[in-house]
Amino acid sequence: MPLRFLLAAILMCACGHGAWAEGLDAPAGALSCSGCHPASANVQTPAPGIVGRNADDLVASLLAFKNGKTPATVMDRVAKGFTDDEIRAIASWYAARKD
Amino acid sequence: MSKTVRLDRRKFIGTAAASLSMASLSRPALAQGAAGRVVVIGGGFGGATCARMLKRFNPALSVVLVEANRTFTACPFSNLVIAGLRDLKQQEFGYDNLGKTGVEIAFTAATGVDADARRVTLADGATLTYDRLVLSPGVDIRWDGLPGYNEAAAAIMPHAWKAGEQTLLLRRQLEAMDDGGVVVISSPANPFRCPPGPYERASLIAYYLKTKKPKSKLIILDAKDVFSKQRLFQNVWKALYSDMVEWVSLSTGGKVTSVDPAAMTLTTDFSTYKAAVANVIPPQKAGHIAELAGVADRSGWCPIDPVTFESKLRPGIHVVGDASIAGAMPKSAFSANAQAKVCAAAVVTMLANGKPAEPRLINTCYSVVAPDYGITVAGVYKPTNGLLADIDGAGGTSPLDAPADFRAQEARLADGWFNTITAEVFG
Repeated sequence: MPLRFLLAAILMCACGHGAWAEGLDAPAGALSCSGCHPASANVQTPAPGIVGRNADDLVASLLAFKNGKTPATVMDRVAKGFTDDEIRAIASWYAARKD
Repeated sequence: MSKTVRLDRRKFIGTAAASLSMASLSRPALAQGAAGRVVVIGGGFGGATCARMLKRFNPALSVVLVEANRTFTACPFSNLVIAGLRDLKQQEFGYDNLGKTGVEIAFTAATGVDADARRVTLADGATLTYDRLVLSPGVDIRWDGLPGYNEAAAAIMPHAWKAGEQTLLLRRQLEAMDDGGVVVISSPANPFRCPPGPYERASLIAYYLKTKKPKSKLIILDAKDVFSKQRLFQNVWKALYSDMVEWVSLSTGGKVTSVDPAAMTLTTDFSTYKAAVANVIPPQKAGHIAELAGVADRSGWCPIDPVTFESKLRPGIHVVGDASIAGAMPKSAFSANAQAKVCAAAVVTMLANGKPAEPRLINTCYSVVAPDYGITVAGVYKPTNGLLADIDGAGGTSPLDAPADFRAQEARLADGWFNTITAEVFG
């Protein structure tokens, strides 16, 4: 993780004007989620929004999908592709986001 | 902090947009400032996503998207248009909102790439220099790939494998067909765009025939013995469309070796089939600009590094989406979108002399086989031995024995996915 922060810091300096590398610190796999989970509440879909959700809740949901404890359509198959640590990193990242 | 940052960013984007007029496009990259310039060719799910994310990851970058058409017509869900269940208008998207993010859009064709000079030539002769180039050109039809099939033949035997007029042509032909007619779909060998697509299409055409022309029949002539979500599709054909759909596999003589549009026949090694409506899904290759740029290999597709999506043949050029050889990842809009985000992060990181982190990517292919009946195949991928490989234990298809409400929920998710991805890319 520290390497990512360092890189983000370098980029902030390089960009100037206060522009910052929004989302460049995404942990592995996180960028794929927004294919199904919308950033905006205006999008019509049964897939819930995950931006800004409580990290512990997200982790609990993903682990339950992964371990087959929650009935699922697609997410059981997706969650099995991630270690528990990767799930926690993705959840924390989405929890901290605003858009 | 956030307030100041937002103000500064808005000011910056405004300035950037003003300075990036078409007249400035051929200016050398260094003149654009230290952040650099990225050119993206192709404004589909891969290219439009990549352009947007490059700008989001580093607003100081100059990002130019080169796209020949002002309206994008999406392929996913276009099989519903063919079956009369959806309007083509619902497939169409513009680039106005992408332009508002600070991405400069050049509505023209790219006609050449000089990888050594890092320069793209446009149809009007203008040139664009770049620090890194991203190609997302989708697929081109191999017009020399199936004897008898050429552009004139496609006006009689539509491929409908690029959404738009071809989609409507196939729909009109089905509408004009007499009840009792035979519809023939020719499905190509791997790899090709949208592996479950021919079978979703067969299912939805069968739905149309069953409801409107029940004496008709549909034959799939296949150059393969196995295909995506095979048992799910075959169960659907049996359960919903009884004897209407016949699938002829490669080993039972299904490979089409030539077509004759004047006679409306498709010939295999064993037999000749006469069609009332013929949908020829021909062999494909990476979009032509990939060949011109020297990033396509002898297979016609583009080998890439699975961490950065940089071409293994030409440094400085990245390839995402259908044109790339992405290992286990299928050629889907979902894959293109996921790859484009990873590629954008890698490009921004490399331009800042950083080392891109090893990614994970997800794909989910939704197929709608009847109203309220959806099926999926999903996968999670990581770089392994130079390719993107399936992560063991993850992914797979919908269960074979799911109840109707499960199928209905997957159909609703399919609809939601289309809304979500098109909002992310074009919204």
